[in-house]
Amino acid sequence: MTRYQVDLAGTRHRFETLAEVLAKATPSRSGDHLAGLAALSSEQRVAARLVLADLPLTTFLDDLVVPYETDEVTRLIIDRHDATAFAPLRALTVGGLREWLLDDRTDEAALKAAARGLTPEMVAAVSKLMRNQDLVSAARRIENVTAFRNTIGLRGRLSTRLQPNHPTDDAKGVAASILDGLLLGSGDAVIGVNPATDDIPTIGRLLRLLDELRQGLNIPTQSCVLTHVTNTIALIGQGAPVDLCFQSIAGTEAANRGFGVSLDLLAEAHHATLALGRGSVGTNVMYFETGQGSCLSSDAHHGVDQQTLECRAYEVARAYAPLLVNSVVGFIGPEYLYDGKQILRAALEDHFCGKLLGLPMGLDICYTNHAEADQDDMDVIATLLGVAGISFIMGVPGADDVMLGYQSTSFHDALYLRDVLGLRPAPEFEAWLAEVGLTDAAGKLVSPDSRLPSLERVPALAALYG
Amino acid sequence: MADLITSSSLRERLRAYTTARVAMGRVGSAVLTRDMLDFQLAHARARDAVHNGLPEGAFGVALHGQPVVEVRSQAPDRATYLMRPDLGRRLNPEDLPRLARERAQLAIVIADGLSATAVLAHAADLAGAVIARAGRWRVGPLVVARQARVALGDDIGEALGADLVVVLIGERPGLSAADSLSVYLTWKPVRGRMDSERNCISNIRPPEGWSIEAAADEIMRIAATARLLEKTGVGLFNGDVTALPAG
Repeated sequence: MTRYQVDLAGTRHRFETLAEVLAKATPSRSGDHLAGLAALSSEQRVAARLVLADLPLTTFLDDLVVPYETDEVTRLIIDRHDATAFAPLRALTVGGLREWLLDDRTDEAALKAAARGLTPEMVAAVSKLMRNQDLVSAARRIENVTAFRNTIGLRGRLSTRLQPNHPTDDAKGVAASILDGLLLGSGDAVIGVNPATDDIPTIGRLLRLLDELRQGLNIPTQSCVLTHVTNTIALIGQGAPVDLCFQSIAGTEAANRGFGVSLDLLAEAHHATLALGRGSVGTNVMYFETGQGSCLSSDAHHGVDQQTLECRAYEVARAYAPLLVNSVVGFIGPEYLYDGKQILRAALEDHFCGKLLGLPMGLDICYTNHAEADQDDMDVIATLLGVAGISFIMGVPGADDVMLGYQSTSFHDALYLRDVLGLRPAPEFEAWLAEVGLTDAAGKLVSPDSRLPSLERVPALAALYG
Repeated sequence: MADLITSSSLRERLRAYTTARVAMGRVGSAVLTRDMLDFQLAHARARDAVHNGLPEGAFGVALHGQPVVEVRSQAPDRATYLMRPDLGRRLNPEDLPRLARERAQLAIVIADGLSATAVLAHAADLAGAVIARAGRWRVGPLVVARQARVALGDDIGEALGADLVVVLIGERPGLSAADSLSVYLTWKPVRGRMDSERNCISNIRPPEGWSIEAAADEIMRIAATARLLEKTGVGLFNGDVTALPAG
C-alpha cells in the first residue's frame, strides 16, 4: 500500500516514495530528466502536485528523503529543527502552507519566526506548488539582514559582488576590473575574486592586493578570494588578511565530500575566520555558493530532485550564519537547466526558498554558451529578482567573465536595477560613494568620467596610470 | 593624475591590463550601442561554435596518410547531446563495425565536443603534428566522432584495441574564444575509465593559446610517460600536467 497516490478521472497515479512525489511535482528541468526522476507526462506532474498539496507538513519529519543514519546533512536538519517555531504551522498541509505564505494577514514577523520551524524539504515542497508570481511576492515580504563592514539585505537596497577575475590572476588586470567596478558603484556585497589557481602563495598575494585597495580607499566593504576552506584556514594561519571564508556547498554529505568538506570542517573554518574579528558592524563571516545540479553531477543525489537538494544545501549554510549565500544558477550548464525558462524558474525558487529559510540570498544570474539563453533572459531574471527583494547580484565587467568563460550580470545591469526599482547600495557603501564624489546628492553616479580621489594612496591603482 | 582620467584614456589604459570588458562607458545605466553589439557578436560566434556541426566529410577519406572513419555517439541530435551527456559518452552500436580491432597502439579521435569551430580550425593540423612525431607508435585510423563527449574515446579506443587514445575535442566556448581545442589522453581506454585517469591539455588555440607544435610535443611527452608507467591521469606527473575534469 502506498501513501502517495491520487485518482484522476479513472487513472490512479501512484508514487512509491516521498522523494518521488517531490521529483515528479517539480517543473520540468533537464537535470531531473538526466537523473531519471522527472515526471513522465504533464498529467503525472500535476497529479504529483495534487498529492503534495494534501500532505501534512509533519510528513517531512517522519519520512526522510535521505536517511538520517547515513547523511550528516539530514541529521543537521532533524537535530536543529525547532518544534516551538514549527508549532503554529504543525497542522498545515503543503497546500495550506502556500496559502499561509501568501495570506495578507501573515506578517513579516510570522514569516521570520517560521524559518527555524521549516525544514528544507518542506520549503522545497511548497515552492513546487507556487507559480513564479507566488515566489516573487512571498520572497519580497522577507528581509534577512547580515553585516560585516557594511549591512546587506535591507529592504530597498541592492548590493553587488564585484567579481574582477583574471585568467592568470595578474594583479594589474584584477586591479583594473576593481577600479572599473568601483567607478560604477559596484562592490558592496564583497569584492571577490575567483582565482585561476589553487596555489596558496598566489591566493595570499591576491588577498593582500584586495586588502591594500580596500584600506587605501577606505571602502566600507569586505573582500574574498574564493578558494577551498582548507586553503583559507592555512592562509589564516599564515596571517593573511582574510575577511570572508568562502566555500561551495551541496545538499548531501556525499556531495559535500565531493567538494572536500564536512560539517566539522566548515565549523572549523567558521571559528577560525570569526576569531580574526575583522568585521566592523557585524560578525557574519561566511560566503557560500550553491547551485542546482551539484549533487547529481557528483553522483550523490539519493534519488532526490535537484531543487530539493539545493534547499538542503541552505540548511548547511544557515548553520554558520553567513554574510552571503549565492546560488550560481545558470553556471552548471544545459544538462541541468536547459534554457532561459528553466534558469528563471530555478532562480526564483532558490531565492524564495533561501529567504524563507532565513538566508541572505543573492544570485549569480548567469548562463553558459551551450545553454539556450542570452542577455535578454538575464534581464528578465534580474528584474524579477529585483522585485522579489534579492540581497545581491554579481558585477562583472561587461557581463563577460574572462576567467570562468560564462556570462553573468554587469556593473551596468546593477545600475539598471537600482534605477528602475529605486534600489540603493548598502548604507555604509552608499555614504562612501557620496563622500568620494562618485555619486551626487540624489545618489546618481556623477558622470561617465567619474574618478576616485586618493588613488595615489594605493600603489596597485596608481600603477594602472603608469 | 587627474588629466589621465578621461574616459578614452582610461579605457585604453585599463584594457592594456586585462581582456575583460572594462571601462565600457555608459549612457544612463546602459552600455553604449557599439559595446552592446560587440557582446552580441561574441555570443553569436560562441553559439554558432556550439551548434554548427562538422560538415560531412570535413576531413576527407584519408588524412596524413591515415584512413578517416566517421562514427556517432548515441545522442541523435544536438539538443539531446546538450541535455544528455551520458549519451554523448557512448558509441552508437551501428558504428561499432567501422572500428575493426587492428592492434593500433595510438588511436586519434577528432571529436566535435562543444565547438566544431575549434575542431575545423585546429584538429587536422594537430593530428598531423602528432602523427609526424609518433615514431615507433603504430597509429590507427583517424576517427571523427560526432555529438561526442570526452569519454566516447574510451569506447572507440577499446574497439580499436588501442594502448592509448588521444581525443582532440572542441572546448566549451567562452565569449573571448570560440575556437579553443582540448586534448585528453587515456591509457588502455575501456568503457568506465574515470576522468581522474586522463591527462588534459586545454586552450590549444594558436596564436593566443598553445601552438600546434608545442601541443604536439606535449602530447608525445605525456604519451611516452604513459607507455613507460602504463597509466595516465592523476599522479602521472608531479609537475606541470594535471588531470582536469572531462566534459
